[in-house]
Amino acid sequence: MINIIGAGLAGLSAAMTLAEKGMNCRLISAQPSERAQSVLAEGGINAALDTMGEGDDINLHFEETMKGGVMLADPNAVAALTGNAPAVVEKLCRLGVPFNRNADGSLMLRSFGGQKKKRTAFAKSSTGKMIMTALTDEVRKYENTGLVERFPHHTLVRLLIIDGSVSGVRIRDSYTGKMYDLAGPVIAAFGGPAGLFPSMTTGTVTNSGTAASVLFGQGVRFANLEMIQYHPTTMEIPGKRCLVSEAARGEGGRLFVRKDGFPWYFMEEKYPELGNLMPRDVVSREMYYVKSEYGDVFLDMTGISDDVWKNKLSDLRDEIMHYFSLDPKTDPIPVEPGIHYFMGGIYTDEHHRTNIPGLYAAGECACQYHGANRLGGNSMLGAVFGGMTAAESASRLPGLTDEIMETDPDDPVGGEVPAEFAKQVGKILSDGLGIVRSGDGIKKAADRLRVLKCSDAPEKLRKEFAHAMLLSALGRMESRGAHFREDCPDTTEIFSKTTVAEYIEGTVRITFEDIPERRNK
Amino acid sequence: MIIKLDIQRQRSSSEKPHIQSFSVDTDALASVAELLERINSEQIPDDPIQWERSCKQKKCGACAMVINGRPRLACDARVNEYPKGVIKLEPLKKFPVVCDLIVDRSIMFGHLKKLGAWLEGEAETRDNDISYEASRCLQCGCCLEVCPNFYPGGEFFGTAVLVPASRLIAQSPEEQKKRLYGEYGEHFYRGCGKSLSCKDICPAGIDTERLLVNSNAAAVWKRKYRKSKDSGPSE
Repeated sequence: MINIIGAGLAGLSAAMTLAEKGMNCRLISAQPSERAQSVLAEGGINAALDTMGEGDDINLHFEETMKGGVMLADPNAVAALTGNAPAVVEKLCRLGVPFNRNADGSLMLRSFGGQKKKRTAFAKSSTGKMIMTALTDEVRKYENTGLVERFPHHTLVRLLIIDGSVSGVRIRDSYTGKMYDLAGPVIAAFGGPAGLFPSMTTGTVTNSGTAASVLFGQGVRFANLEMIQYHPTTMEIPGKRCLVSEAARGEGGRLFVRKDGFPWYFMEEKYPELGNLMPRDVVSREMYYVKSEYGDVFLDMTGISDDVWKNKLSDLRDEIMHYFSLDPKTDPIPVEPGIHYFMGGIYTDEHHRTNIPGLYAAGECACQYHGANRLGGNSMLGAVFGGMTAAESASRLPGLTDEIMETDPDDPVGGEVPAEFAKQVGKILSDGLGIVRSGDGIKKAADRLRVLKCSDAPEKLRKEFAHAMLLSALGRMESRGAHFREDCPDTTEIFSKTTVAEYIEGTVRITFEDIPERRNK
Repeated sequence: MIIKLDIQRQRSSSEKPHIQSFSVDTDALASVAELLERINSEQIPDDPIQWERSCKQKKCGACAMVINGRPRLACDARVNEYPKGVIKLEPLKKFPVVCDLIVDRSIMFGHLKKLGAWLEGEAETRDNDISYEASRCLQCGCCLEVCPNFYPGGEFFGTAVLVPASRLIAQSPEEQKKRLYGEYGEHFYRGCGKSLSCKDICPAGIDTERLLVNSNAAAVWKRKYRKSKDSGPSE
């Protein structure tokens, strides 16, 4: 029996993979799969299928993923990801994902950031929802045969660790308040810690960051926590940032500012080859600087054809019109970078194993594949393939018992952090970990965090995890990908390493570990 | 503007519900979800109103509740839609209450399981457009709330199964059709009174009438997706 925490893309993928092997698992989530953050993913999923006649191949996908991540990802893991991407997307087709198709029936691919070839398979601009529906239905088949058991309103309280290995997990039923100890290895698939930055991300409220904080406090090692992706095009809506998919630029949208009364398409002028489709870290940084000089940045989608709006971007247009009473077909829209994805997370090897035997991690909660900056279209691929890989690894040591035991309902760990405290931590973090950072700014943020009083275990854990993020950023005395420091603007060879944060005897410790060499093909 | 919120509260399903009233000063474009968050953090941090939420941009269905008598997503309902300045919040009524505005919607997922809402074998790409529309279902439960034919425990499962089933009907391999069509007939077609009250209530704006017509044509009248014409157009 294997326990999967999280029922989004990575969790569903792991459950499906285990069930296909005839192995039992429990799928534990705060809410049903329909509420997972994965349903918000819009633009698409990358695979070098080369259906657009551009001569794409898996080696180019590998190279661009590594380059986009500024050589900080594990090359063996990335080679497996990009090499298997076509098979992953073909599998999703068999499961019924209604991807857009060319006239000849082959998959239509669109352009995405940091990629010279069309490589992103998509279903209009709701690709995440479409994949989630197909996977949810597929996993239901195995729920029916008893291979998958759902715990759909349950949250992680803590890992159960005996003699340095995970023996199970303690969960809380949020409907009854009862707690249960479930035996067996654990696959963490609970998504990125959006809740560390309340109201400042494109993510969901359910991704509270609590599970990550608990695991960190229990000695699970986290990597590259300083690598936080600001998506270039987001808009503010009540209580969060609303994503304007990269597909908007992939299909022809152009960024500009007003300079001397005229629109200046700064990305096209500065980066003639990829223009508006440079990797997200580059675009967001450019937007930050041009905004400080010329004011608001706009996204001009008025040149996109009726056909593209209708068949590829209809839901994006509906959303913008709904929230902003603006029609992007006729008017440019004001956009700002917003926190969208955490490249860092639980430190995993290429098999998605962690530093604690019996614990695996996949999806956005894990640090894998994306290095210092994730390419658009690689997150869903990483979640599906990562879930499959974690499941393969976990299946080799599935645990000996499937025991469930009701337990002490008063365990203080794993509770929610009060909104006010979370907000204070979020403000400190965002001050220290903006698009453009400095050693001084990060230090000041860390000092403010240090004196923040916490009243219980969840608050203390949140604070320590936030501290680990700041210290990771402070330790990396260079600029690379999403981590840009004005006081250390260059990328340096000595930091071609993974930042590793660990909680040892009440102290956050930061070290830098070598990235594995690429094995011969 | 000042808004009065009357919120139905109960600690558990066995407790008698009561109304607790709040007054909030807000701008007209705020959502009901935002007001709930503010009330909880500013007015009653020690006894917050329990409600489910996740995406806050009407893409996940978590925050469905009855707002002034109509089932809606709290993140999608704006203050300026209620010019009288009074908003009443109640839990969805066709599901058992867990606490305050949280209801246990597991019956919907049970129905999907009972219907056999999955593909046996590989999807056949017959009708991408229908499959796309049908895959957008949030499983929020708003359609069941307004349906005159749906009641919990009955054999009619309502639009919350019609929509997902429409994808499977459009994609199911030949050998799966018989069972799926049979279940669809028993748990949807036979019980649907065609009131179409679900048509305008879906927060995702799914065209339920179109899916109904299409799925009935395939599963009941056997006019679509027949072996000899299985690659034909949808309508």
